[in-house]
Amino acid sequence: MTSVSNPVLASTAPQEQARPKAAAKAPRKPRGAWVGWLLPVLLLVWWEIAAQAGWLSSRILPEPFAVLKAAWNLSASGELWRHLAVSSGRAASGFAVGAGLGLILGLLSGSLRSAELLLDTTLQMVRNIPALALIPLVILWFGIDETAKLFLVSVGVFFPVYLNTFHGIRSVDQGLIEMAKSYGLSGWPLYRDVILPGALPSILVGLRFALGLVWVLLIVAETISAQAGIGYMTMNAREFLQTDVVLVGILLYALLGKLADTAARALERFFLRWHPGYQ
Amino acid sequence: MRNDTQEHQQVSRAAGRGVGLRLRALSKSFSGRTVLHDIDLDIEPGEFVAIVGRSGCGKSTLLRLVAQLDGASGGEVVYEHEGSGEPEIRIMFQDARLLPWKRVQANVALGLPKQAAPQALNALRQVGLGQRAGEWPAVLSGGQRQRVALARALVHDPQLLLLDEPLGALDALTRIEMQALIESLWRERGFTALLVTHDVQEAIALADRVLLIEDGHVALDQRIDLARPRSRGQAQFASLEEAILARVLRHPGSEAATEPSEDFFTPRGVHQVQWAV
Repeated sequence: MTSVSNPVLASTAPQEQARPKAAAKAPRKPRGAWVGWLLPVLLLVWWEIAAQAGWLSSRILPEPFAVLKAAWNLSASGELWRHLAVSSGRAASGFAVGAGLGLILGLLSGSLRSAELLLDTTLQMVRNIPALALIPLVILWFGIDETAKLFLVSVGVFFPVYLNTFHGIRSVDQGLIEMAKSYGLSGWPLYRDVILPGALPSILVGLRFALGLVWVLLIVAETISAQAGIGYMTMNAREFLQTDVVLVGILLYALLGKLADTAARALERFFLRWHPGYQ
Repeated sequence: MRNDTQEHQQVSRAAGRGVGLRLRALSKSFSGRTVLHDIDLDIEPGEFVAIVGRSGCGKSTLLRLVAQLDGASGGEVVYEHEGSGEPEIRIMFQDARLLPWKRVQANVALGLPKQAAPQALNALRQVGLGQRAGEWPAVLSGGQRQRVALARALVHDPQLLLLDEPLGALDALTRIEMQALIESLWRERGFTALLVTHDVQEAIALADRVLLIEDGHVALDQRIDLARPRSRGQAQFASLEEAILARVLRHPGSEAATEPSEDFFTPRGVHQVQWAV
């Protein structure tokens, strides 16, 4: 909890200034976390009131309580957990393949001039094709089963990781490398102690970006054709006009995205604990 | 005074720490522009030599050649030392160049085998930072970072320590402190030291010899025979500083002559103003 509170505090600073009285009462650290949730809660309250008053048709937007009930029913029947597990599995495997390849190739072409010459032109060309534009081709190649989804997610995740890793390796302070060499470091020790840690801030930016992208790609991949997953659940519910279930699916994506971002932040805080920006 | 330096040199020769340098017709050019022309220079083991000169005169280039960071375009550097193998050469840069992702002690232990942690801590204590061993470099001040860099150089027990304007970015007080620290460690260990600086006063305070590099040549080779530790208030110190500064600036000397006395009275002037306000 405390580890999350700092960035939240920073992002909500203007709100704090606008409400000095409420802010002054609460102790320092929980205040930040609390203010961060203020806007979503107010929105919910307004939504509930609007639904109760009949300003919103339940087909357009059912009341929050109905959404909550739908979520409860889905999780009680176990359906929600099944879809969640399938989606998470797809996200994790797609991320592992895409980010793993991006990291390896980024390290390779960042470190070796020959690898850069060989790879970079091709990758820069492919990079400009939006991953989602590949959908027709992907369906032709892989059909509509799991491989297609894995491929889409991997391709989308690959480029932010590759580019940031490449950039990170290239922008390591040359003075530090020169210093380390004059202290007798070369080969793997030089790589491990100087180049890799120097590139790490940039690599982590790439990972964080990729983690956000995973869900975007997955949503699209799952709405094309699937037999399970949050996307399938949502599309299925649309057919039966279950707006409450559709909303559960959408909110789940928001929650999972937030979770992925929190994980990325935790990684940054751990690996960059030497950095003044994370102390 | 001369005896003092000679005595010191003998001590270090006996210890076998200092490395002698013989520069023979050393030249360096960058894309057709010659920075150093046929430099011939002998530096005795254990000697402290300062190189001064205007910026861009090639003094740092000379240091980088001696450090083997760059290759020479012509001529050679011969290292004369007892014992076999490569001499132990360490360099201190203007910026401390500490690895920000390693704690202070790990920075000092860079390039040492793993079991050398106590040595690193010892070196840190010598520069007065034993207490800060477990901290990140980011929390240290500029002067403290340079002290860590000095400890990192010294932990290898170098035979030749090259200093590339290491104090250039520090404030005046920290600078004097660091100068005293470098001098005392040099006297204790007897390594050969080569200091590049644009501060003539610093050169005179520390060095046995001050070299002036101009247009790629050694334009002046001035021996400094003042007793150590040197006081900046001495008349001899002031006249040496004036002479070298005048030579660097190629001025007749009228401007440079007033500088030391101005320096001397400035603190009082400031104080008086504060008091009056």
